[in-house]
Amino acid sequence: MLENRNRGALAQPAALVHPGESVEQALYEVRKKIYPRAVHGWFAAWRWALVWATQLVFYGLAWLDWNGRQAVLFEIVQRKFYIFGLVFWPQDIIYLTVLLVISALALFLFTAMAGRLWCGYACPQTVYTEIFMWVEEKIEGQRAARMRLDRESLSARKLALKAAKHAAWIAIALWTGFTFVGYFTPIRELGAAVLSAASPVAQGSALGPWESFWVLFYGFATYGNAGWMREQVCKYMCPYARFQSAMFDQDTLIIAYDRARGEPRGVRSRAADRASLALGDCVECGVCVQVCPTGIDIREGLQYECIGCAACIDGCDQVMDRVGYPRGLIRYSTTHAVERNLGHAQMLRRAFRPRVLVYSAILGAIVIAAAAALWLRVPLKVDVIRDRAAIAREIEGGNIENVYRLQIMNTSESARRFEISVEGLPGIALEGQSAVELAGASAREVPVKVRVPRGGLEPGAHRIVFVVRAPEAEKLAVREKSIFIIR
Amino acid sequence: MSEFTSSFWDFYIGVVTVVSIVACAVFLKMYSVRRVSGTQTETTGHTWDEDLGEYNSPLPRWWIWLFYITVVFALAYLVLYPGLGSYAGLLNWSQVKQLEEETARAESRYGPIYDRFAAQEVSALADDREALAIGQKLFLNHCAQCHASDGGGLRGFPNLTDRDWLYGGDPETIKTTIMEGRNGIMPPFGSELGAEGAKDLAHYVMSLSGMAADSIRVARGRPLFAQTCAACHGAEGKGNPLLGAPNLTDKIWLYGAGEETIIETIEKGRNNQMPAHKDLLTPAKVHLLTTYVVSLSRPGGTAGK
Repeated sequence: MLENRNRGALAQPAALVHPGESVEQALYEVRKKIYPRAVHGWFAAWRWALVWATQLVFYGLAWLDWNGRQAVLFEIVQRKFYIFGLVFWPQDIIYLTVLLVISALALFLFTAMAGRLWCGYACPQTVYTEIFMWVEEKIEGQRAARMRLDRESLSARKLALKAAKHAAWIAIALWTGFTFVGYFTPIRELGAAVLSAASPVAQGSALGPWESFWVLFYGFATYGNAGWMREQVCKYMCPYARFQSAMFDQDTLIIAYDRARGEPRGVRSRAADRASLALGDCVECGVCVQVCPTGIDIREGLQYECIGCAACIDGCDQVMDRVGYPRGLIRYSTTHAVERNLGHAQMLRRAFRPRVLVYSAILGAIVIAAAAALWLRVPLKVDVIRDRAAIAREIEGGNIENVYRLQIMNTSESARRFEISVEGLPGIALEGQSAVELAGASAREVPVKVRVPRGGLEPGAHRIVFVVRAPEAEKLAVREKSIFIIR
Repeated sequence: MSEFTSSFWDFYIGVVTVVSIVACAVFLKMYSVRRVSGTQTETTGHTWDEDLGEYNSPLPRWWIWLFYITVVFALAYLVLYPGLGSYAGLLNWSQVKQLEEETARAESRYGPIYDRFAAQEVSALADDREALAIGQKLFLNHCAQCHASDGGGLRGFPNLTDRDWLYGGDPETIKTTIMEGRNGIMPPFGSELGAEGAKDLAHYVMSLSGMAADSIRVARGRPLFAQTCAACHGAEGKGNPLLGAPNLTDKIWLYGAGEETIIETIEKGRNNQMPAHKDLLTPAKVHLLTTYVVSLSRPGGTAGK
């Protein structure tokens, strides 16, 4: 594992030092800017498909309406979280927990199966870097042009290109920040507030200080991470890059260089006879290094910097096509498959190993349980709080009375009338208010009295059950346990 | 502002703080390079789990800038905010001031909601659902601990849902009760009356509300009542709302209706206190609370339906 974990230092040029001489060594390394060469191919197409899919959802979802409100809105002040037809209350935190558990298990499963799929295709860092690099290429040109531009001394042209690039980046970044905040503050109101804040004449609703801060904060984070930090985020900030090795094994799909086939590498003329060269298939064109967004050489084996984006596969395949060698010198494969020359069928058979089966089983069970729980979820919550100070009242006619507060929460979005009843003891009855009307997504605290004829009941605590139901909807009923005290 | 008796400590804290921050910056600078002798070692030399080595990998340089930023932040913070001994900071910020500002902001935000109701009579608000809803919340927060969530009271804590009032049930009186509190005192008469006298008196009191009572004791108790109780409870035992003396002719008993309880009350007296709420609640809130309490005993209606 040494190779996997600690490749960072090997990328350092070893200082040429004579024995016995003392030298000054920097403990902090300057980032060497990476100019990834644009790549096209099967995997790049997949990545772009995921860029489109994730960003259409992210930028678009905030603008959808549902029942006269924003379809997806996390209303923090009111503590109501709307996701299409569902309204989650803070009491539903269990669903968030379940979602996180599902995400974590899915991550384990996909990583055990196919390595850093998330990093390579769907992680926001990858996605935004991809978008920002596309902008960069459109404005500054290809890899060679960009490198030349950076070496040039400052000129009007350079200034114009750099300014255009950063302006475009900042525009995308601010729009991203705005969209993000739009999931917490209704996005149309936020848009109006931003417009009125930007216009010289103040009008309409003002942009709150927190909204401004978060729009700028997320904008800055997007700009900084996707424009400037890029692979530094993956190398130094992301914990996932560091603990992925715990989820990898010898049968995990990785981006692998087929050393046996490629070595010894070497440049060759196209006319040369391949058999007589005594060279492997690697033509040492350097494309796999040039396209790498983290600046590593995949031919040195699995490295923690490798985010599994498969850009080197696309690059190498194109070169192999051009020189007329079979594709797949760099390919998705497993450590075992490369070492032992396994075929696809064997790799697939090895994929179903205990850890994969266990992850799949747990993940499947939790997904099914969560779906069932969501499906059966009743949009009504009731808490019964017995009056603590009042033990029991004796009232005329030999009845005993206990007082309760019912916190009734209508978590649906339509106004409803709920009927309250109580059961569990002979002759038990509710005194006074027995129905309550609640507006959509609102809560009410209802004090109720419960009377029980003394009869032959023992002093002490007795179990009773409150039933709150909406008369028009049969399924809409909640039973909540409490106790009735007889002195 | 300083809690210390000597200004030495202000300087001491200030100097220690500034020196520590500056020292952080100096050490950062000093230790961002190091001298190594001869051939470079690529690993730190540590080995774990038999074969796990650690390369000496330098951190990225932007990382060290984060350290410097914290130093700059700390210094800027100390200039702007209190932190150096008794120095108040350029922004002149204090916790008390922040609390006052937040209170004022809340007052200006929520004040109008209450003011709207405060301008109306209690009787005019009797059917105002919003007023009653706010009143109910105030009641559940401030009153329900003793008077129960339904206002039905407990032993020693009056029932607010009947139409019997110790001090009177008109809105102004209820408001006074909430604002100023009440202290209902009945003096003990045990030593004066003796055990037999107390029992005679109790039977007379029981007869007032039509409970079964020993007629001989009732006859003996009648003059005792006139002599001992009538001053407060009235000659007919109808009570006196000015003193909070209960009506003894109805079936409502604050401490219970049994003979033993009545004797205990006569012999030992009662001292019952409702705390004043004028320091806890604004007049506008008391107004809404009164509206709710009045609605509790309104015929036919349960409040806040």
